[in-house]
Amino acid sequence: MTQDMYAGSADTAEGKVFTVTGQDWDSITQGLDEAADERIVVNMGPQHPSTHGVLRLILELEGETVTEARCGVGYLHTGIEKNMEYRSWVQGVTFCTRMDYLSPFYNEATYVLGVEKLLGIEDDVPEKAHVMRVLLMELNRISSHLVAIATGGMEIGALTVMTIGFRERELVLDLFELITGLRMNHAFIRPGGVAQDLPPGALDEIRRFIALMKKRLPEYADLCNANPIFKGRLEGVGHLDLAGCLALGMTGPVLRSTGYPWDLRKTQPYCGYETYDFDVQTWDTSDSYGRFRVRLGEMWESLRIVEQAADRLAKLEGAPVMIGDKKIAWPSQLAIGSDGMGNSLDHIRHIMGESMEALIHHFKLVTEGFRVPPGQVYVPVESPRGELGAHVVSDGGTKPFRAHFRDPSFTNLQATSVMSEGGMVADVIVAIASIDPVMGGVDR
Amino acid sequence: MNADNTQDPSYDAKLPAQAGSVETMGTRQGMFGVSGTGDTSGYGGLVKQTVFPGPSQRPFGGWYDEVADALEARLKSTDLMGAIEKVVVDRGEITFHVRAQDLPFVAQMFRDDESLRFELCSGVSGVHYPGDTGRELHAVYHLLSMTFNRRVRLEVSVPDADPHIPSIVSIYPTNDWHERETYDMFGILFDGHPALTRILMPDDWPGHPQRKDYPLGGIPVEYKGGTIPPPDERRSYS
Repeated sequence: MTQDMYAGSADTAEGKVFTVTGQDWDSITQGLDEAADERIVVNMGPQHPSTHGVLRLILELEGETVTEARCGVGYLHTGIEKNMEYRSWVQGVTFCTRMDYLSPFYNEATYVLGVEKLLGIEDDVPEKAHVMRVLLMELNRISSHLVAIATGGMEIGALTVMTIGFRERELVLDLFELITGLRMNHAFIRPGGVAQDLPPGALDEIRRFIALMKKRLPEYADLCNANPIFKGRLEGVGHLDLAGCLALGMTGPVLRSTGYPWDLRKTQPYCGYETYDFDVQTWDTSDSYGRFRVRLGEMWESLRIVEQAADRLAKLEGAPVMIGDKKIAWPSQLAIGSDGMGNSLDHIRHIMGESMEALIHHFKLVTEGFRVPPGQVYVPVESPRGELGAHVVSDGGTKPFRAHFRDPSFTNLQATSVMSEGGMVADVIVAIASIDPVMGGVDR
Repeated sequence: MNADNTQDPSYDAKLPAQAGSVETMGTRQGMFGVSGTGDTSGYGGLVKQTVFPGPSQRPFGGWYDEVADALEARLKSTDLMGAIEKVVVDRGEITFHVRAQDLPFVAQMFRDDESLRFELCSGVSGVHYPGDTGRELHAVYHLLSMTFNRRVRLEVSVPDADPHIPSIVSIYPTNDWHERETYDMFGILFDGHPALTRILMPDDWPGHPQRKDYPLGGIPVEYKGGTIPPPDERRSYS
């Protein structure tokens, strides 16, 4: 057997340090000897299959009991907020959609709602744009919750939950690809509306998806809800009551698992959510199992909303999806050509061959962008993980002066310590999975 | 010569400010915000003030007055009337500008007073206004009252030379990481924070990246024979 250059042990001023890569527990138990009854500090991650991405956990153990748990974050920091200050207001969407990569439409929506409020054009955004936003956001909630349940299942060894979770998520991503052209990082919701109208046949695909999901969603309930192993791993783990949630700023499924029905779609509706028929899902156990059941219930509710949105879109065929104000609406048009999605040849013919004014207008709006009156706004939305809000500040220029995202993953991850200290090492994984942090959103 | 037909920047500054309605936070030059490259439009000498919404006067309207009344009643009884520097109502959102040293008291009141009850803090966000002399660094807190379904914003401004704000982690524990992030990105020092260390940038990173004087960075990229400069050096329209 060849020598593993990363594994091994060394003596430092802090004590003996082991590098563990898996399958080598013996080398530690032998190496520890007399030190075995002392405290051990375990650095878990940032590269570890059970930490939900590049999360680093610093666990202090006594035997198998966690006495202290701390998080190290920042490994995925990409300076998205800083970068947005150097691009136009519309280009900002392209950046912020990449933050929480499991719920891109929510990142776009909270930013765009903020920009629209700064511009004072909330009432001018066409109805169809709002319906399409709701449709995409709720499909996104389903795909995000599917990943939460799938990866959470995988981390406790329920691999079937993982495979069927990703199987269904793929169906949602196919719909995204059909509607926006991309499976992730869509940059589809734009200030003033959405980038494009629904392509032909999209509504049929959505209806087919709804019918299929109604057959498939019960599978999760059959596999997990009453499964004694699943319940044994999740029940009572990661407990956090209502007072703890409010002190730590927890929102989303974690807050609703305490029985408090706080959902911004109901309490502070946006995009016309007040006109849809759906219920806020709660559970009363304040633990990981409750959060699982809340997510499962929310997927059903999202499916209900998607169904209603699809019915509305059927009646809105041909309606505008972008604001009528030509000083804000993106002038460029996309179309499907023989080689895929690209610039609309009709639009290019128009600006290059027919109208000088249209060319100037296109050039000005695409290179310079529009100006937004000075001020600041905060318009949060209910993302699958909780309150996601963008604090958008304008100084009257063509670029955001400052865009700060209050990401629910970032806030909720602070509960790691209180949820896992005093429990077993294996329960840390379950507790973190029940928070469902997405490191792209945490680190931005 | 009157102020209407001059391009002298100093003329604009001499105009009396529209008291009580706007707030100047710096100036913008030229028509297109371009500097260095040839702005041949003839508007290169144009100077425009960057004007933010200014303080609002009573009545603010709706529940804003209820919140302001409750706040005032409390402040009066504690002899801290100066704690609120000004109130701005803009675009349907209310902002209380709070004096830095009084922030913990005001935050505690917002959380505990039975007619305020702002149970949840959505964290703190920093903003760097280099043009707001003497108050360059702003910390912005968004509070949510679930009892009354209301949102308010608290804004604290401190000078770049002395960027100290009392921490409110003891009042809203959720602000632990948010204050660390704001310190990391802006260098605002939250006094009393249990462990004010960097959170997103590496521990030994020099500088605070979200400040306006911190460059974006980047390298030129070659593409089809041409060279494209990094984003902060491209021709842009501010």
